[in-house]
Amino acid sequence: MKVLYFAWVREKLGCSEETLNLPPEVRTARQLALHLAARGPSYANVFGALGNLNLAIDQEHASWDQDLGAAQEVAFFPPVTGG
Amino acid sequence: MQVSVQEADFDSAAEALALTQGRKDIGAVVTFEGRVRADDGLSALTLEHYPGMTEAEIARHVAAAQARWPLAGVRIIHRIGRLGPGERIVLVITASAHRQSAFEAAEFLMDYLKTRAPFWKQEQYGDGARWVEARADDLDAARRWQSPAKR
Repeated sequence: MKVLYFAWVREKLGCSEETLNLPPEVRTARQLALHLAARGPSYANVFGALGNLNLAIDQEHASWDQDLGAAQEVAFFPPVTGG
Repeated sequence: MQVSVQEADFDSAAEALALTQGRKDIGAVVTFEGRVRADDGLSALTLEHYPGMTEAEIARHVAAAQARWPLAGVRIIHRIGRLGPGERIVLVITASAHRQSAFEAAEFLMDYLKTRAPFWKQEQYGDGARWVEARADDLDAARRWQSPAKR
């Protein structure tokens, strides 16, 4: 699965995109965030608290308890600030 | 409906002309242009976005606007990259037979561009930069469109 990071999430992780092979127990976006939080200090810093993070599954806004299903692409980012 | 995400500047009058040229059914054209303010000594703004999702998300909102108001035309341009104070950031043009539809649809589209389209602004000051935080009043502005029709 392709995982994308934007804005300060990208900066804190020092990475904009990576491809992960996820264990089968990772089924929801929240479980993916927990899985990522265990990858190291910068990941723990970003994914330790989800209150200030949003996500998209296959380029649509999604919620933490949404099933990842057969998603190709998941993105994590701060609340948007365009316009 | 035409949506562009681009680094280049745009000409709002030329875009409005292109949208309406030769049309005899359009009685109202609303053009909204958003610009960078030099608040608190801001030296520049850098806009990042999510290529692919940005275009898809804006297209979903344009479709929602078209379902809600009788629109004869919509043009959206959102700039990305580094922008200085006074520069144009965003353009929304809505055209309709009557003004109420054009005004409301333009506000609707701007409210959703601010709260749903995946753009992020970083502000640069003399010696540092900070990511802009989402504003509660922008979310309130978008929320007012949620009832009774679609979000």
